[in-house]
Parts: sequence; C-alpha cells; structure tokens
Amino acid sequence: MEALLALPIIRSLLPQGRKEIHLGDRFFYLSLKTFAVVIICSLVALVYLLWSIAAPAFANYGFHFFTVSTWNPVTEKFGTLAFIYGTVVSSVLALILAAPISIAVALFLNEVAHRHIGTLLGFMVEMLAAIPSVVYGIWGVFWLAPWMRSVVQPFLKGNFGWLPLFDGPPYGVGMLTAGIIMAIMITPTISSISREVFRTIPSTIREGALALGATKWEMLKLAILDSSRSGIFGACVLGLGRAFGETMAVTMVIGNRPQISASLFAPAQTMASIIANEYAEASSDMHRSALAAVGLSLFLVSLLINGGARLILWRSERAFRSRV
Amino acid sequence: MIWDLQRFDRRRRWKNRLAIFSLTALTAVAVLPFVSILGYVIQRGYPVLSWQFFTSLPKPVGEEGGGIANALLGSIEMVALASLIGIPLGTLAGTYLSEFGRGKVATTLRFTCDLLVSVPSIIVGLFAYTLIVVPMHGFSGYAGAFALLMIQVPMVTRTTEEILKLVPQHLREAGLALGIPRWKVIIRIVLRGSVSGLTTGVMLALARIMGETAPLLFTAFNNRFWAEGFNQPTASLPVLIYTYAISPYDDWHAQAWAAALVLVLFVLILNISTRIIIGRRPEGRH
Amino acid sequence: MKRFFFLASLLTVLAPNCFATKQLNGAGATFPFPLYSKWFDEYRKVKPDVTVNYNSIGSGGGIKALLDGTVDFGASDAPMNEEEMKKSKTPVVHVPTVLGADVVSYNLPQVKKPLRLSGDVIADIFLGKITKWNDPRLAIINKGVALPATDIMVAYRSDGSGTTYIWTDYLAKVSPEWKEKVGVGKSVAWPVGIAGKGNEGVAGLIKQTEGAIGYVELIYASSNKLAVADIKNKAGEFVSATPDTVTAAAAGALKSIPEDFRVSITNADGKKAYPISSFTYLLIPSKLSKEHGKEIVDLVNWVLSPAAQKMASPLEYAPLPPSLVVKVKAKVGTVKVE
Repeated sequence: MEALLALPIIRSLLPQGRKEIHLGDRFFYLSLKTFAVVIICSLVALVYLLWSIAAPAFANYGFHFFTVSTWNPVTEKFGTLAFIYGTVVSSVLALILAAPISIAVALFLNEVAHRHIGTLLGFMVEMLAAIPSVVYGIWGVFWLAPWMRSVVQPFLKGNFGWLPLFDGPPYGVGMLTAGIIMAIMITPTISSISREVFRTIPSTIREGALALGATKWEMLKLAILDSSRSGIFGACVLGLGRAFGETMAVTMVIGNRPQISASLFAPAQTMASIIANEYAEASSDMHRSALAAVGLSLFLVSLLINGGARLILWRSERAFRSRV
Repeated sequence: MIWDLQRFDRRRRWKNRLAIFSLTALTAVAVLPFVSILGYVIQRGYPVLSWQFFTSLPKPVGEEGGGIANALLGSIEMVALASLIGIPLGTLAGTYLSEFGRGKVATTLRFTCDLLVSVPSIIVGLFAYTLIVVPMHGFSGYAGAFALLMIQVPMVTRTTEEILKLVPQHLREAGLALGIPRWKVIIRIVLRGSVSGLTTGVMLALARIMGETAPLLFTAFNNRFWAEGFNQPTASLPVLIYTYAISPYDDWHAQAWAAALVLVLFVLILNISTRIIIGRRPEGRH
Repeated sequence: MKRFFFLASLLTVLAPNCFATKQLNGAGATFPFPLYSKWFDEYRKVKPDVTVNYNSIGSGGGIKALLDGTVDFGASDAPMNEEEMKKSKTPVVHVPTVLGADVVSYNLPQVKKPLRLSGDVIADIFLGKITKWNDPRLAIINKGVALPATDIMVAYRSDGSGTTYIWTDYLAKVSPEWKEKVGVGKSVAWPVGIAGKGNEGVAGLIKQTEGAIGYVELIYASSNKLAVADIKNKAGEFVSATPDTVTAAAAGALKSIPEDFRVSITNADGKKAYPISSFTYLLIPSKLSKEHGKEIVDLVNWVLSPAAQKMASPLEYAPLPPSLVVKVKAKVGTVKVE
C-alpha cells in the first residue's frame, strides 16, 4: 500500500524528462552513497576527537609545533618535526625498497613461474600479511638488527662510508633497519593487489604482443606494466598507508630517538611510534594533547603525500590516455 | 643492414634474459626474509603446539599447560562480527567509487580511505574507546569489533575500487544496451565477474585485522577466562601474543610463538578454503 | 566459511550462562602482571564464584580506565600525581601490594664478577659524561677488575613506564645535574642512548650490544641472564638486588611513609636497602558501589594476606614488610561500600 503512495513521491524526486530511470537504480545509488557518507563521517568524527584532545597543544605552541624537534615531557616542550622526518623518511625508504620488489614478485608469480609454484608462493605471500607486527618486531630485534649490525652496516660503511647517508656507528637499530622491516611488511599488500591487476589483463593483449615478435620482457612491459599504472599506484598507496601507521614493529627497531640526522644508520622516531609509546602513560594533559597533535600532523602529512601522489598519477594518466 | 638487425635482436634477447633473471632474483630476495620469519616462528612455536594448547585457558606463569582457547575463539568472534558489517560496507563503498566515482563525495571518500589506512591503529583504538567503551562503562567484544571494522573498511573499499576499475567498460555497456537496469549490471556482471579479485582484497584486510594488537588493547581489553557474550572483555590472539612476548618468562615466550603460528595457519586455512569455495580464477595466464 | 563462523559466535553468545560468576576487571601496570596473574588465578580457588581479569595496558592506561569507570580497580607503579587525583570524583586509595626494583644491567663478557656502581657514576653515564668503560671513576670503585676500553652504549625505555619513573626519580635524588637537566617522569628526554620498547626491548638491546648498559626490572635481568650491578646505597654499602634487599628498602623508609602511601622509596635508609626500589599499587575508589564493592575489598585484603605475599619471592617480587601490611590493611578498612 505504502509503495503505491511512495511512487509518485519518488517520481517527483527524479529529474523531469528522464522518467525511464529505474527506481532500483535510484535506490541502489542512494544507498551506496549513504554508505560512502557513513565512512566519511567516521573520519570526521575521528579527526574531531583528535582535535578536541589536541587543541590545547596547538593553542600553546602554535605553528612552532611543526618546526621544532625537541620532545621533552618533563619540561613540556613539544615539537613534532623530528617525528615527521622519521615517518616520511622511513616510509618512503620502505616504499622505494618494497615497490620494485613487490611488482617483480607479482610479475614472477603470475607470468614466469610454473602455475603450481606460483599458486604456492602466492599463498605464502598473502599469509605473511597476517603475521602480527609484534612478531615482526621481535624478529627484527633478535635477528635483523644483529645481522644489520654485523654484516650489512659494516659492508655499507666500508664501501660507501664517504656518503653522509652511511655516517655514524652501526647500532643495528635505526632508520635503515626500520625501513627494511616496513618494506617486508608492506610487500604482501602491494604484491597481492598487483597480481590481481595483472591477472585481469586479457590474454589477447599478451598474445598480441608476443605475436608481433616481442620478447617476454617486452611483452610484460608493453602489455602489463603500462596498462596497470593506476592499479599499481593504488597498491602502493595502500602499502604506504600501512607503513605510515605501522607502530609495533617499527618501534622495536628504530632506536626511538627524536632527532633528525642525514645518516640512515642513526636512530630516529616516527609519529605512530611516539603516540603508541607514550599515550598510555602520558602523565599530564598537555602531554596527551601534544601526542594527539602529533596524530593530527600524521593526518596532515598523509594528506599532503597522498594528494601529491594522486596529482602525479592524474597527470601521467592524462598523458597516457592522450597517447592511446 | 642485416648484421645491424642481428645485433639489435641479440641486444633485445640479452635484455630479456637479464630482465627475467632479475625478476627471479628479486623474488628470491623477497622470499628470504619471509622464510626467515616463518622459520623463526615455526622453530620456536611448533614444540608447544598440542591439542591441549588449543583447548585450555591461559595459566599463570610457572604452571604447565596454558593454552589459547579463549583467545582463539575471541579473535574469531570479533573478526567475524567486524567482517559481517565491514565486508558488505567496504565492498559497496568501493563499488560506489568505481561506478559512480566522479563527484565530490567520491573524491572525498577516496582521500578518506587513504587517510584511514594510514592511521596508527592505536588511534583507532582510542577512538573506539571514547566512542564505545566509556559510554558502556566497560570493555567489550563489541568495541573490539568496531575498532577492527574501522581498520578493515578503508582497505576493502580501496581494493574493491581498484579491482572493479579493471572490468572493461564494454561489459557494462553491453549489459545496459540489453536493457538491464544499471544496478543489476553492477551486481550481476561487474561484481560477480570480479569475485576472485575482490576476495584477494578481503583476505588481505582480514589477515591484517587478525594480527592487529593496539586497537584491541583499549577496546576488547583481554580476558584470562571465557567471555560471556560480546558484552565483556574478550581475549584475542594478538593481545595474548603481545602480553606473553613482552614478559620475562621463557615458557610464555614459547606460547607466544605458538600462538603466532596458530594465527598465521588460521589465516592460511581461511584463505585456501575461501579460494576453493569461490572456484578457479578466470582470465590471465593461469 | 563466514556463515559457519557467524553461527559459531552466535552460539557462544546465546549459550546458556554456565558461569554464574562475578567478574572483576582491573587494568594497569605491566610490571606486576606475572604476579597478579598468579594471584588472581589462585584467588579463584579461594573464592570460586569470583573471576578477576587483570590486564596490563600501562599504569597511565589503568589510571585513565579507573577514572573513566571502565574497570573496577587500577594498578600503577608510580603513584598518581595531583593532577590525576583531582580528576577523580571520589578520592582514590593507593594500596601497595608488592615491591619491585630497577636493576642496572650491562653487557661486558670479560667482566666475570658483578660490577659496582654508585648513583653519581650512573647519572653521569646516562648524562653522557662518562663514555668509556675504563673511565677512572669506574675503575676506582671496581678495584682489581680489568675494565675494557669499549664505548658505553646507554639503553633506555622508549615507552613511558613506571620503571622509567622509578629510575629517573633515583637519579634525580643522587645527581643534582640530572634533576636539573632531565628531571623525573614516566617519559623523559634522554641525553644519550638508544631506546628499546618495554623491558624486553631494553633487555634485548643490552644482550645484543657489547658495552651496553641499561635499566630493567629485576625479573627481566635474571630471565635474560644478564649481568647485574651492585649499587651503592645511601648507607654506603654496595647491595645487589634481591627480594630481601628490596623489602629492606621499604622497611627502611617506613618511618617517613605518608598515610596515603603515595611515596617514593628510592635511595632509602638502611644498611641492606636496595636503592632503586619502589612500591606498586592497586588503585581503588574510596567509595565503592554495591555491585562489586565487597568483592573488591575482599580481593585487596586477600592480596595483603601472608598466603598471597608468600607467592611473591619465587617470582622475584619482594613482599611487603609485615609492619607495613598492618598499616595498609587499616587504610583499606576505611573504604566504604554502599
């Protein structure tokens, strides 16, 4: 009964002159849009919560909060510059290490390996996304860091020590180790999604390239990599996001010193890590406030980097599309 | 000149061989740390596995026979509850992004998801604590599931969008040309055709939330005993692993490794069985 | 698969309530967690219808949870400060339950006997003023020990914790420079060194790095088989950290303990006193609601009983001196249940 009453109302909501639009379509569209808005609202609520805790810190320190790198809970002098540096450098390092390797793994598993090895290794890679980061952290402290200290860092220092990148004593823990562990953690994400993207390219394109006389590698470049740009980008963004927010594993191997140093061997500190380390035990309201402010600056940095990356992608896609 | 072409061809072949070799080498490089971590976990965790380990409650230090029964069930419960809401929500939001993805709402949603993916999980835990635990005056499985939901949804949304964007436009146009309403085109053709890819995204998100510790510490808390319903603090595998791993006792450490092994195996079994149920993958080389 | 799990969880939720028990929830310090988990498991045998669920989310987390009303009792290594006390609607009673100690651990495989250290030397190491193990100031107090020329690597806690609070509190008492430059707190700005997360993290750092020195709780040093230094106490004796010397510290500070027990007992008087000791507290509101009030008071009284206190030493915690237990029990008696 009510449906009959609703029909004219809904009809009047539709733009005039397009009465063939199915009601199902309209309903579907609106419910999907509602879900989208719900998710956006949750972010707004989260930012609002952070802002309400962080406001006193911003009122107190002002813009200097972003330009100062001391962090002293006792004298209550807080500044987030060192953490921004730590987060950005370690995450970008992780992405630089992980992206080529993940894409190579995805290509290898899909195109080069035998079917069964590919499936088997594929499962293994996806399974590794499940390892809790505390396990990565412990492995990092007890296996990776000692290995870095005794093998990798002396090697780098011996051969490239003149670069400021490899300056300083090899502690084992530090920016480089954190970058490596994060790279290992985000590889399953980037590689699994890339695999799916590669999988959807129809075999006709592959076969076409091969029929034209391309070598396997040329086929991979032409047919697969070029057309997967957007998908690979999405995968990398997800991976970078994970790296930004990664806490447990990073905090165990980064050395936890709020400082800015050109060397990759130096200890550092990230935004996620300082929040996780100090929030539960923050003894004063200003301390908590400063930590929430660090959380907000993480959002800001993430927004800037995501925005910038999307701009680059949009430009390159436009150029690509105008070529085709 | 013939000899020029030959040289050109040889260079291409050489580049090809180098590239394929590099792919194999890079994969080997990628596999090594994985083998190392898995080996580490298996070596330390395997000796502790037993039927009793799966079925008993945790015991205080020094006593024989502690287990992970409540933690395993708690993890499964909370992940299941989160997924019940999260998978449909994320998939549909991702569908919105890929099918109707032009306007302001869509762009905002895209940025929102990218931001939410990079939120440290402890902030998510704090959010859930303020939103649910404080008003409810107690820790609960509901709060834990909510925190996991907040981590899961952005991931599923973005992967869904990426996978659906790969469906060729002509499939949609063909459906519409046949007079099928758009919503049916989206559900029956676009979504159904991408089930395999969507499953990958869902599995990735599932694997991630099964292993998350920080959000659960402030929401589901932990429980040394059975939780009577979702209304109470609930034990979970990641929190148990964390608690035991930071303790000074060797037998608790061993249990932590065993629990980590159980977690990883659980995700593996879930992954494999879902793939079997979904069926063979179409398209592509395999 | 999902359907199966959903049904399983539904069944768990709807299953008949076969545990007709009351559950008490407590949150807070990680330091006493192993002992508390043993205690509360034993308590189940004493009172089968009460389950006590304690989990460590940090002292600050425990205090916050108590203030928010999301747990029945809290636990903290450092006493609540004035700012936190003011936030509570009813005053919070601090009940000392056991004693713990921070020990100085180091990694010098060549040195076989325990090193001797004094407060000012430790402070200068952590300030970065003493940088090598064979420094003359170390040699003076360790006559006859061959100290290597290795660099000292300082390890500290990255996460805020009561352990750090006790440590910095001690250093501030023995070194005016530390007090001025760094101060006391659960998190501080460390002049030199590298951080590890949690006691395990610091122990791990020390274990892996030759020449490292750091502070951890007693039990972490022994379980990781780390070398522990003897510290010079206020009376001038070099004492090693054992449950006995830690209890002696509490006994030595007994005269000056305030009636709310919120005190620091680092650098206590007494010949056998270990200088870096501290209480750990259970926090309960002084007015409890009818719902769980009686159970909470019973629990706290049981924790102070000889049966429970006896379980402390085997797990490397120090029991409270009996004279103190009397005072604490009297204070618990002032807690009102509606």
